[in-house]
Amino acid sequence: MRFFEAIGQTILRIFEEFGRFFQMLGRMAAWMVRPPYDLPELLRQMVRVGFDSIPVVLLTTLFTGMVLALQTFNGFARFHAENLVGSVVALSLTRELAPVLVALMVTGRVGSAMAAELGSMRVTEQIDALTALGTEPVQYLIVPRVVAAILMMPLLVIIGDVVGMYGGYLVAVQLLGANPVSYVDNSFQFLHVKEDVVSGLIKAACFGLIFAMTACVRGYYTTGGAEGVGRSTTRAVVSGSLSVLVADFFLTKLLY
Amino acid sequence: MSAPAEKARPPAPAAESHSKLEVRDVHKSFGPKVVLDGISFSVAEGESLVILGPSGTGKSVLLKHLIGLLEPDSGTVLVDGQDFWALDAVEQGQVRKKFGMSFQEGALFDSMSVFDNVAFPLRRSGRKPSEVRERVKECLDIVHLPDVSEKRPSELSGGMRRRVGFARAIAHQPEILLFDEPNTGLDPIMTEIIDEVILEMRERLEATIVTITHHVASAQKIGDRVALLFGGKILYDAPPEEFLRAKDPAVRQFVEGNAQGPLTVEDERLSRNRVKEGA
Repeated sequence: MRFFEAIGQTILRIFEEFGRFFQMLGRMAAWMVRPPYDLPELLRQMVRVGFDSIPVVLLTTLFTGMVLALQTFNGFARFHAENLVGSVVALSLTRELAPVLVALMVTGRVGSAMAAELGSMRVTEQIDALTALGTEPVQYLIVPRVVAAILMMPLLVIIGDVVGMYGGYLVAVQLLGANPVSYVDNSFQFLHVKEDVVSGLIKAACFGLIFAMTACVRGYYTTGGAEGVGRSTTRAVVSGSLSVLVADFFLTKLLY
Repeated sequence: MSAPAEKARPPAPAAESHSKLEVRDVHKSFGPKVVLDGISFSVAEGESLVILGPSGTGKSVLLKHLIGLLEPDSGTVLVDGQDFWALDAVEQGQVRKKFGMSFQEGALFDSMSVFDNVAFPLRRSGRKPSEVRERVKECLDIVHLPDVSEKRPSELSGGMRRRVGFARAIAHQPEILLFDEPNTGLDPIMTEIIDEVILEMRERLEATIVTITHHVASAQKIGDRVALLFGGKILYDAPPEEFLRAKDPAVRQFVEGNAQGPLTVEDERLSRNRVKEGA
């Protein structure tokens, strides 16, 4: 009996999570369009999500581009297709790797901070205090965080695309001796801005919405003191990352 | 539901036309635990009601219902005759601005300085920076903390944090003040200071006040009426002198601080039921 009870409870919890996510999405959409618009807070969050994440994004995408060039060069050399390495690196990065890896890194860095901040505000009654002062916490806390994530993720991915491709170039040209001119030519030969780059940026914006909403919902509904804040933070990163990966498949299918 | 079954005398009847705040037959449960069991009372404009009760009886839950931080399972909360939960979210926000609430531990925004905390409701309502500065100074003077505006909440003592919480609660000149255990966990001197500050704020703002506490002496000092909350109901409701002289066994036990009595028996019975439910 215990076994079935546990399964039932897990299913209920998953539905509860989904319910909270979409309910909060609705509340956020409603409060987003209502004044007052807190531009300074939005800018502050944009700096936290965007500017402060640049070093992590640079390192992640640079090394991903480098590894990608190394691996594909090795494989493609077996059937004399080394000249296509640039294209593979460019397409993989713009369409898939840069959006997903940047989203995962930013979820770890910013999503956890969002959940911890909102969670500790919840357990110390600061969110109740906001409501008591006639300020809607969804509008004051969640709207700027989610909007900042939606706006900044595509910008981070643009940086990631450029740096990743440069990483690929470095390895292919400097380390493996590819011809620099033909490598660059090849990189852009098959790259379609609208289909490849823009689809990656749309994905990035969706990932921003998903991870920021997940983190904010986790933080907002925190219970159970300091331990609860820790639990919310962990869950924000785990379910945020998983949601990004699952959503990636459906978005790719949609934008294919 | 009919009026709650009272052991002593029923709460003061709701004076519809003069009630600033009215609670009608409010029920609230968390899972199997019934916290408020058909509670009704009203507070007249300018009146100060103190709700006493042992720890864990749902005093804070009741206070959060008054300002709409919690929604009742059934029953209504009326502010100036308006049913709070019949309003839309924007109107609820407007009604909440009539309130100033002080939380148990202050609930100050820890990422802001004391000045920014007190200025928060003023800035949100679009006041000019010069007005904000002036009003913040005035509020910090009222709570006798003129020199802490640049400090962070973490640098303040418990009593100071509560008083900054008071200053933030009164900054936008609310009509109703709610105090959640304003002097719990403070030394006797600070308890006395807090009571004085509450009385001073009452005088200056001419506000309606609801305080929850378990300090009988504070209740006597700051309340026009004192009510005893237990088992989700108001057991007794009277002016302080009458409350202290009451023969009701529950009131006597609470006022005299006896370990044995109806409150303890009831509490043990509730705990036993909870254990059974959990088993």
